[in-house]
Amino acid sequence: MNVLVCVKRVPGTGSTILLTDDGMDVDTRHLGFTIGPHEECAVEEAIRIAADHGGQVTVLTVGPAEAAEQLRDALSMGADHAVLVDTGPGELDPEATADALVQAVRQLQDEAGARFDLVLFGNESADAGHYQVGVRVACELGLPMVGGVKGVELDTDAGTVRWRRPVAAGVEVYESSLPAAAGVAEGLNLPRYPSMRGRLRAMKAVITTLHVDVAPSGLRKTGLRRPAEERPATVVLGSGADSAGAVVDVLEELGVA
Amino acid sequence: MSVFTIIEHDDGVVPAACLQALTIAGELAAGDTVEAVVFGPDPGLGSVLAANGVTTLHVVDHELVTDYSPEIYGESLAQLLKQAGPAGVVAAGTDRGNEIMAQAAARSRLPLATNCVAVTADPGAWTLTRARVGGLLLEDAELTASTKLVTVVPGPGDDVSASPGASGLLTQTFVPDLAADFVHSRLVERTERGSGVTLATARVVVSGGRGVGSSEGFAPLEELADLLGGAVGCSRVATSNGWRPHSDQVGQTGTKVSPELYIACGISGATQHWVGCMGAKTILAINTDPEAPMVTRATYAVTGDVHEVVPAVVAEIRRRADIRAGRRPALA
Ligand SMILES: Cc1cc2nc3c(=O)[nH]c(=O)nc-3n(C[C@H](O)[C@H](O)[C@H](O)COP(=O)(O)OP(=O)(O)OC[C@H]3O[C@@H](n4cnc5c(N)ncnc54)[C@H](O)[C@@H]3O)c2cc1C
Ligand SMILES: Nc1ncnc2c1ncn2[C@@H]1O[C@H](COP(=O)(O)O)[C@@H](O)[C@H]1O
Repeated sequence: MNVLVCVKRVPGTGSTILLTDDGMDVDTRHLGFTIGPHEECAVEEAIRIAADHGGQVTVLTVGPAEAAEQLRDALSMGADHAVLVDTGPGELDPEATADALVQAVRQLQDEAGARFDLVLFGNESADAGHYQVGVRVACELGLPMVGGVKGVELDTDAGTVRWRRPVAAGVEVYESSLPAAAGVAEGLNLPRYPSMRGRLRAMKAVITTLHVDVAPSGLRKTGLRRPAEERPATVVLGSGADSAGAVVDVLEELGVA
Repeated sequence: MSVFTIIEHDDGVVPAACLQALTIAGELAAGDTVEAVVFGPDPGLGSVLAANGVTTLHVVDHELVTDYSPEIYGESLAQLLKQAGPAGVVAAGTDRGNEIMAQAAARSRLPLATNCVAVTADPGAWTLTRARVGGLLLEDAELTASTKLVTVVPGPGDDVSASPGASGLLTQTFVPDLAADFVHSRLVERTERGSGVTLATARVVVSGGRGVGSSEGFAPLEELADLLGGAVGCSRVATSNGWRPHSDQVGQTGTKVSPELYIACGISGATQHWVGCMGAKTILAINTDPEAPMVTRATYAVTGDVHEVVPAVVAEIRRRADIRAGRRPALA
């Protein structure tokens, strides 16, 4: 089972989101970058699958050269190979991102002879949340694709995979033939912390860099802004156990106690 | 040119989110027709849709269109769009709505703007605003395409049931061209959730974060939730430490809750948590740090250790209940 995982470098966010002066990006000076929690679970799942069934894990990202940092994080967790498609600074639209990923996969499969049985994405990226890059890549590669996945069951003999996903009404299970793709959601597993040995290995690992040409699509971001928040002052009910009476007064007033 | 909308339905019950999308489709059509798409046999939606301004209902009919399948629904929609060439499609930004639209967009090679909170039709392009990070950040964008695809963020509202009968709606059957070996994911199992209080629908949510400290630490929160007929939630720190299952997590990558009352115990109020609970009518924060963002954003706050405050609140509720029941309250 060779597994490909697509991860995105996204800004970290604290309790408020600050924007750059031109209003086009999130200000990352104080918070740095990370990969999203869904994608962290995708990396973890890929590593477990490769450990259980044999095979290798490749992580792939489209972004600036600095995204190598996020690839090294995945390598330190246990991924075997890392590939960076350097598209420079600035955010690409979701079609262009998907196009770059597809070209990269083709280069890896056709020229480097790689074969991927599973391609994993996050359900949605943590910053832009377009809910589509994975679907676009899967379609172009002719792979079936299920989103919102919180359980993976492989049947390598039958050449199939079962995806479990919670929905409002309960749980659905889908079956696809391999090779297949999925968008996974946090809760699928608990991602491991990288070991010291993993970190050292990741530091020395070679990251493959690919170049592709992409054109912008018909969805053009013109700016980011924060919605106005009207926030009345907090009523402090007291401190410590002595506040219990005031708290229960409020609960009764709200009609919940 | 007409604007299409997609009607998801569960045995004839149309979610509020789809009617909201339909309303926006009507605004964007600006006098032109609004046409709806349903997958599988029409369960009698005609009069509901006609009452909401729909003139034509496209019923996608094929032996492979039975249970939901992302690829089959998406490919069918892509083929219908190619044939009908509407100005745009507005669907609900539900998990399924986003998934069908992404599939259709990929197969039609059209751009797609998901989770919009506002869309206006200008000549040539649609100008729109998308929600990012659960709505804490807004992205303004322009969408230019022969057929413009958007999904809209669902708001609160009531689901509507189909009612059979004459509607005056024009119904057209669309039979997609799908090979027997069309690559798709098959739904093989579906389990319905039992009834009972769920996190997403609870009137009261008692939620705990790092300040709770351990899985045992959640016992008093469970007790409080029980007394208030509510559900227990948590922050990501609680799930990633294994104190609570992920299904309890509130936030960007967890459940979005909108209870009457949200009690946040030992939760700092990071952006990604806040987007999950900001829909609550009232928020009570219990935190040792009076400057924590959850405290400054809450309606009510108690400064203090959750291990002291929550048991004291539980005891006080019991004491008052005892008095109301005419029992002698247990000695503290
Ligand atoms: C893309 C992305 C998605 C995310 N999605 C989610 C999500 O869905 N949900 C989510 O919750 N988080 C999410 N996070 C994580 C989020 O950023 C925060 O890290 C997390 O919410 C913090 O949890 P916390 O408030 O429990 O912990 P902390 O931030 O550590 O806060 C603990 C709070 O408890 C208080 N405290 C400590 N001891 C006590 C005590 N004894 N009594 C009372 N108060 C005490 C402290 O003063 C502090 O305010 C996401 C992060 C990213 C990057
Ligand atoms: N720049 C990128 N590089 C690699 N993978 C990406 C990138 N953008 C999106 N993806 C993948 O596609 C998923 C969905 O992204 P989105 O459509 O933006 O919500 C993400 O969780 C990633 O797995």
